Amino acid sequence: MTIPTTASGNRGLQLEQGLIFEQNTPGMSGVDLPAVPKVADRLGDMKSTKNIGLPGMSEPDVVRHYTRLSQKNYSIDSGFYPLGSCTMKHNPRLNEKMARLPGFADIHPFQPVSTIQGALELIDTCAHWLKTLTGMTAVAMSPAAGAHGELCGLMCIKSAHEANGQGHRKTILVPESAHGTNPATAALCGYAVESIPANAEGRVDVAALRAHLRPEIAAVMITNPNTCGLFERDCIAIAEAVHEAGAYFYMDGANYNAIVARLRIADLGVDAMHINLHKTFSTPHGGGGPGAGPTVLSAKLAPFAPVPMVIKVGEGFDVEEHAGHGTATQSYGRMKGYHGQFGVFVRAVSYMMAMGGDGLKQASGDAVLNANYLLARLSEELTPAFEGPCMHEAVFDDRFLKGTGVTTLDIAKALIDEGVHPPTMYFPLVVHGALLMEPTETESKATLDGFIASLLHLARKAKSGTAEAEFKAAPMLSPRRRLDETKAARKPILRWLPSSDSNGTRQAAE
Amino acid sequence: MRYLPLSEPQRREMLGAIGAASVDELFRDLPKSALASAKFDLPNTASEIEVERSLSIMAAKNLNCGAAPSFLGAGNYRHHTPASMDYLIQRGEFLTAYTPYQPEISQGTLQAIFEFQTQVALITGMEIANASMYDGATACAEAVAMACRITKRTSALVSGNVHPHYRDTTETTMKFLDVAVECLAPDPAGIEDLIGRISPEHACVVVQTPGFFGHLKNYAVLAEACHKAGALLVVCVTEPVSLGAITPPGHIGADIVVGEGQSLAGPMSFGGPGVGLFATREKFLRQMPGRLCGETTDEDGRRGWVLTLSTREQHIRREKATSNICTNSGLIALAFSTHMTLLGEAGFTRLAELNHAMAVTLAEKVEKLPGVKILSSTFFNEFAVLLPKKAEGVVEALAKRRILGGVPASRFYPTYPELANVLLLTATETNTAADIDTLVGALKEVLA
Repeated sequence: MTIPTTASGNRGLQLEQGLIFEQNTPGMSGVDLPAVPKVADRLGDMKSTKNIGLPGMSEPDVVRHYTRLSQKNYSIDSGFYPLGSCTMKHNPRLNEKMARLPGFADIHPFQPVSTIQGALELIDTCAHWLKTLTGMTAVAMSPAAGAHGELCGLMCIKSAHEANGQGHRKTILVPESAHGTNPATAALCGYAVESIPANAEGRVDVAALRAHLRPEIAAVMITNPNTCGLFERDCIAIAEAVHEAGAYFYMDGANYNAIVARLRIADLGVDAMHINLHKTFSTPHGGGGPGAGPTVLSAKLAPFAPVPMVIKVGEGFDVEEHAGHGTATQSYGRMKGYHGQFGVFVRAVSYMMAMGGDGLKQASGDAVLNANYLLARLSEELTPAFEGPCMHEAVFDDRFLKGTGVTTLDIAKALIDEGVHPPTMYFPLVVHGALLMEPTETESKATLDGFIASLLHLARKAKSGTAEAEFKAAPMLSPRRRLDETKAARKPILRWLPSSDSNGTRQAAE
Repeated sequence: MRYLPLSEPQRREMLGAIGAASVDELFRDLPKSALASAKFDLPNTASEIEVERSLSIMAAKNLNCGAAPSFLGAGNYRHHTPASMDYLIQRGEFLTAYTPYQPEISQGTLQAIFEFQTQVALITGMEIANASMYDGATACAEAVAMACRITKRTSALVSGNVHPHYRDTTETTMKFLDVAVECLAPDPAGIEDLIGRISPEHACVVVQTPGFFGHLKNYAVLAEACHKAGALLVVCVTEPVSLGAITPPGHIGADIVVGEGQSLAGPMSFGGPGVGLFATREKFLRQMPGRLCGETTDEDGRRGWVLTLSTREQHIRREKATSNICTNSGLIALAFSTHMTLLGEAGFTRLAELNHAMAVTLAEKVEKLPGVKILSSTFFNEFAVLLPKKAEGVVEALAKRRILGGVPASRFYPTYPELANVLLLTATETNTAADIDTLVGALKEVLA
């Protein structure tokens, strides 16, 4: 049977929805406000006289608009999301409820400190968990996301080198399998970047690393577990070599979920590591953010941490907000407004408390178990890039597709029709045609078995040599089929534009 | 543990399929020495009711702004948010989705970003906007970095009317790139001379509107002077509600407009997470940081959206990217956009009008107090007042009466004794006439 053409363009529950700008009823508003007191304005010559061009919509139409948009999205709530290096685990609603307590949500960053003791206690509690889990001396709480945490770590490292007369160290070593944020962060911190190769086992080549270590090297950034889903077995030896060379060891904590509550990264010789609270500690990704990237620091780097810093004073708390003052005499400065991603901290603490130390250990265990289960079962048809055991993610290359005409991208798009979010594709770059799968600990065996069945089915279909056209046409069943990204980039349309005169004189708002 | 679906028999079955004897065996690559020393002094699993109890006790130690007349601003503003906004952003399909890297199943997030980009461009009066930055302060730092890339210059001039956190974040970020950031002294009177200080070395001049001390200044002449000197004008907006009442920066010649969207995007949440707004002119598109969503079509010719121009970004360009940003503020941008959509042109301008009227009402009463002088001749919903006493003590005394009566300038400028008596006062639609009378009555007593 073919899909019928409808007059509306809708397909049953797949509802088409125009832009808000195409639903404009001039003068309409979905918000009623109290009466405006009559005053003589003090806006001076900046008082606006022109229309802005925003569309008017009623509340029911706005609710319907966004409800329909939401239904075009795949999400953790709706299904399996094995996106490697993203840790798409269940986001408990308790965390949302806690973040909305008026005592957390409805407080201002510049209230007198005596009126926000609970907020400072919350930040201190989050810091305490992170320091206990990692064994590190200090934690800078203000970084807003993983990449921002990397920047915090490198800024501490650069400040420490400068304080120790080592300002000539201008280069950061980064494995070629690293996330793009690592070299981008190094550049943003004013460093040159040198790539170090991986060995055949998918790990840092320690000999190659040693060969790169010299007096110009400021630090080494290593993701551990790495982006190939493997633990860097030699990380203690790496740390020793790095320290011997006078450099610092930055560990990228993007994959911390695999090892949380299993070992303390301080015992690996790490000097700094950011922790993505939106990965390991279950705060929602929200379609792109916000996250938080608190950065744990060794004793050598702690003095350089950015402001603000919460300080315990007797039974209460204070906050040092100025670099160069009080407890922050050597602080390198400020990297974000206010007190960091406070709302994210509340959610993370809610999760930490719920899990407990024992639950976190079970979580990393189940995350690694689930990934190894995928690795074992999928190896029936797919080609694993490396020998196991893996950590919390399993990576496959595209050897199993050789000669089929079907690519990694085609497999990913066909998975969409199977009702699953595709794994990360073509990353890490060191694995040809990579499919990087991170199931996380919050998936049941039944979900994994369903995914395995879908993927084995697709692999067999690809190998049958008869379905290439079908794969190229996938996805067929999603709200949109493959989108023309070249067209989007060649002639960018980045906003809606009015078709005619909308910049008239301002109308009275009614 | 309620978040973990595997049962013990299932774990054993899965280990069987893997060919491992225990879960610990899967961790065999971890150093034995580190495994042996791993002890964690942390509480065990807690039930939902226990977590709720502990956190409610902590939250109750704070005086929340809804429980006291509150007049706080300085970059973070308390506004009413419609119930439907908070409901919509909590729909799981928005809340628990990742960055829309698979556009076929992310059209909801993508269309919302496209609408957000358009709304930000419209209210700032600019041609294009990105999908968001972390917050206003980091957006400001990114704007200066972008201006340096465009002009190939390595210094910037920052007005004393720029929020001190924006200034500090910019200064900190830029010093690691060897960019000299020249920051003018705080300017509560609004009299600094920026034009006379522009030099051919400056990549940009950074100003804020409304200024940190409340002033509304017309920067059109400054914009011309910047352009004459080959520099860009960066305008910060910490209170976007103001854009419903004042001429947008894009119409007076701004090259980059950055801002904080929090005031339209939900609770203050102690200052974070917010959402950084970033808008510029189309000719600077390739130097922009952050994600961009663009329009295209699918294989069936239907309109759709994708993330685009990612050759600027870290996952493609690595050390040559325009920024290292990856995770941004997607959900807060959605909240901002949802609220803007609910307001529409009529609601947005009326909200701005109401905010200004409440602030003028407050100013008219405060300026009648003996010894009190308003420093901002023009303002939107926040102004600076000079008190006959130290502002910090006044604020503490008001807090004892359960009134959150403004932000003392000394909190930001501890080394400027001349600012010790300066207080920032804000009124929004959340304040009532009775709140204003309570504050003014208490101020009168505290200042006596």
